[in-house]
Amino acid sequence: MIQEVASIRPIRPAAPEPMELHAHALDSLTYIRRTMERAGSFTAVPGVGGVLMGATAMAAAWIAASQPGTARWFAVWLGEAVLALLIGMVAAARKSAHFRVPLFSAPGRKFVAAFLPSMCAGALLTAVLFEEGVIRVLPGVWLLLYGAGVMAAGAASVRVVPLMGACFMATGAAALFAPPAWQNGLLAAGFGGLHILFGVIISVKYGG
Amino acid sequence: MADKTSSARRERKLQPGPLATPVAGAPKLDRLIHERLRLGILSALSVNESLTFNELKKMLDTTDGNLSVHARKLEEAGYVGCTKSFEGRVPRTDYRLTAAGKRALERYLDHMEALIRAMREK
Repeated sequence: MIQEVASIRPIRPAAPEPMELHAHALDSLTYIRRTMERAGSFTAVPGVGGVLMGATAMAAAWIAASQPGTARWFAVWLGEAVLALLIGMVAAARKSAHFRVPLFSAPGRKFVAAFLPSMCAGALLTAVLFEEGVIRVLPGVWLLLYGAGVMAAGAASVRVVPLMGACFMATGAAALFAPPAWQNGLLAAGFGGLHILFGVIISVKYGG
Repeated sequence: MADKTSSARRERKLQPGPLATPVAGAPKLDRLIHERLRLGILSALSVNESLTFNELKKMLDTTDGNLSVHARKLEEAGYVGCTKSFEGRVPRTDYRLTAAGKRALERYLDHMEALIRAMREK
């Protein structure tokens, strides 16, 4: 009789099956990662790595200053660039692993995309200027373009990163107009001093 | 909207939930930060030096009331620090993660990873 009048269904829908333990844990980890990415200013820019890069740059400046010819001076700085790149990559990967954020998460990808064009321009200009024998402007070009890359990439990172880029650009601009005798000192001040200074700030304020 | 207003209800539902099951070798679950919004607050602050109330509200897509309640709980636990000031005539509240909050988040991450590992090993 009742069935003819209306169908009987519970007022409250049945409770969903409890989420499996590992699925819940995975969901929480995904949520943390997404929130960190959305927060956007995570910096994989390594503080300790920056200090190390600065220290090797100081050593490179000291070694380069005692080289007899421009070719050997150039080779020392080229070696330092490769070493600094390796240190930076390892330190960034370690920092990302420590914070459990993928290195190439959204902010990381933005950082690389903004940093690479300046570096490619720098590599091309270096090859051409060295070939033409215009060595005097190389320190200014390196500092200026590295600074431009850091500044552009820093837009997707913490505030101190674009400031570091601006300081590199200022040092580069100074190097372009400075006498040749100052070039090595300005490279040491830029790649050495600024990396150490900002590396300490990043390490203390943002970890890693 | 329902999602924003029902976090306290969800929290109550979770109290005796499946995560209460102990897993060998896993640290004890910190229920204070297990709640979704509080976990979001800690995660967002862990990658920022500090965030204002409005920045957190926008980032976590929540309401004033919900955020202030959960932020207060974290503040009382000593996981976040809170600074109140004025920007002209507009009040401004800044939150930052404390060392205890950072440790709590790391412990929570360890716990979640331990749970996943334990399930994979089964």
